[in-house]
Amino acid sequence: MTPPAFEVRDVTYRYHEVTALDGLNLTILPGQRIALLGANGSGKSTLLSILDGLYFPQKGEVTFRGEPLTENRLQTQEIEFDFRRRVALVFQNPDVQLFNPTVFDEVAFGPLQMRWPKDQILLRVSEMLEQMEIMHLKDRSPHHLSTGEKKRVALASVLILDPEVLLLDEPTAALDPKSESQMIDFLVSCSGGRKTVVTATHDLDLVEDIADYCHVFQLGRIVAAGTPAEILNDHPLLLSTNLIHAHRHAHGSGELHSHPHRHGHKH
Amino acid sequence: MSAKSRGMVERSLSSFVGALEHAFAAEELAKKKGLLQKLDPRVKIVAILPLILIAALARELRVIALLFALAVALALLSRVPLGTLAKRVWLAALTFTGFISVPALFLTPGRAIYSVPVLGWTVTAQGVRTALYLVMRAETAATFSVLVVLSTPWGNLLKALRVLQLPTVLVVILGMTYRYIFLLLRTAHDMFESRKSRMVGKLGSRELRRVATASAGVLMSKTLQLSGDVYLAMRSRGFRGEVYVLDEFRTGWFDWVMLPLFTAIAGLAFWFGR
Repeated sequence: MTPPAFEVRDVTYRYHEVTALDGLNLTILPGQRIALLGANGSGKSTLLSILDGLYFPQKGEVTFRGEPLTENRLQTQEIEFDFRRRVALVFQNPDVQLFNPTVFDEVAFGPLQMRWPKDQILLRVSEMLEQMEIMHLKDRSPHHLSTGEKKRVALASVLILDPEVLLLDEPTAALDPKSESQMIDFLVSCSGGRKTVVTATHDLDLVEDIADYCHVFQLGRIVAAGTPAEILNDHPLLLSTNLIHAHRHAHGSGELHSHPHRHGHKH
Repeated sequence: MSAKSRGMVERSLSSFVGALEHAFAAEELAKKKGLLQKLDPRVKIVAILPLILIAALARELRVIALLFALAVALALLSRVPLGTLAKRVWLAALTFTGFISVPALFLTPGRAIYSVPVLGWTVTAQGVRTALYLVMRAETAATFSVLVVLSTPWGNLLKALRVLQLPTVLVVILGMTYRYIFLLLRTAHDMFESRKSRMVGKLGSRELRRVATASAGVLMSKTLQLSGDVYLAMRSRGFRGEVYVLDEFRTGWFDWVMLPLFTAIAGLAFWFGR
C-alpha cells in the first residue's frame, strides 16, 4: 500500500505562549489537492512550515511518505536533499523567497544547492523561465519586479526541482485581478498531474479551482473538512470561522440590509 | 509641521527615492548595447583594472590626459551619457580632490605665477602641476571604475570579481545585501511617508530624535524578522551553509580581440607614464 504523502498525528506547536497548532491530526494522500482554509492566525502557515521541515512540533509526529519528519533525520545530507527536492514551499511573502540579486540566480539556487551539473542547471533554468513566461525578467533584480512577477519567480524557483509536493501559502495574496487569474492558471496547470498540492488560503474564490478537498482551521484545530462544494455552501461554518462576514449595504431600492458575503476578485 | 522637521522627513524620503532611481538607471545602462556591455564581465575587469592602476600611478600628465580621453571615448561607445558621468563622477571627484589639492597650489615650492591679492599667498607653477596631477588621476581612475559598474549588471559584476579571487561567500553576502538594502529602503520610505501623512503641528528637536530612534528600532526589528524568514526560505530549497554561485559568462571573439587591445594600451601607458 502506498504510504500517505503526509501523516500529521496529534501535532502541537507553540510560539512562546501562543498556541498555533493544538493536537492536529491530518492525512494527505499522494496526488491530492488540499486547501487549508482559515482566518489569519488560525495555524495554516505554521502547518505548512512543519510539513516543509522548517519547524518541528513540540508534541506529536509528522511523517512524509511513511518516514518520520524530524530535525535529526534532516541533519543527514542525503535525506535532506531528497526531502527538499520532493517537497517545496512557496512563501506568502515573495520578498522572503527572492533573496538572490537576479531572477536567473533565484531560479538556479535550488539546483545549485543540490549540486546539479552546470549544463543541466543552465538548461533547466531556461526551460523554467520560458514555461513561467518570465524569460524577459531573467537579469532583473527582484526589487524591480511587480508583486505578480515576484510570485511567478517564486513559483519557478521551486518548480525547477520538479517536486512531488507543492505547499503554497496564500498564493494569490496582494495580487491584482489579472495577476491573480494568471497565478491560478499556473497553479491549475502545474497541479493537474501527479503532484500533491496543499494550499493555505482564505481566498474562497480560489478553492474550487485548486483543491479537491478542504480542511477548515480555527485556533490551531481542524473544525471541518469536506469537498469545496460542501464547505463553501456551509454558511454558518464559514461565518463562525471568519471566512465570510455579514456585510451591510444597499441594493437598488436604497433599503439597507445585511447578509453574509464572500469577497473575491472573480466575477 | 516645522520647517526643521519637514526638512528631515523630506530629505529622508528624497534620499530613499533617489537611491532607488539611481539603481534603476544603472541597471538600464547596463542593458544597453554598447562596447563595454558586450564584453564578458570578467574580461572587462581584467582589461580595465590595469588602466585604473596606471592612471593612479602615472607620472606623465599627457599619459593621464590620454587615458582620460580613452575613458570618455569608452563612455560614448558604451552609450553612457556624459551628463551622467559629469554629475556622478567628474563633479564629485573634482570637489573632493580639488579641496585636498588647494594647499598644494601654495605650499609647493617653485616658480611664482600668481599672487592672491590681500592675502599675499603665492601660487607656483609646480603647485598647479601637482594639483592637476591629483585631480586628473582621480578623475580618470574614477571614470574607468564607474564605467565598469555602469556597464555591468550588479549581480554579474559581483560574480566576475571572483576572477580577482574574491571568496564566493563574500560574493553571495554582497549580492544579498544589494538585494535587501532596497527592500529595507522601501520599508523605511513607507514608514516615513505614513508618518508624514499623519503629522500635523510642530515637532521639537527632542521629538524628532525620538521619532528617528523609534523608526530605527522598528526597522531593526523588521530586519531581524526578515533575516529569519529568508534563512528558512534558503533552507527550504536545500541550503546547508555552503554557498555556490553560477554564472553564464561566455568569452567570445570580441573579448579575445578587446583584451589584447586593452592590454597593449595599458602596456604603452605604463611605459610612457613611468
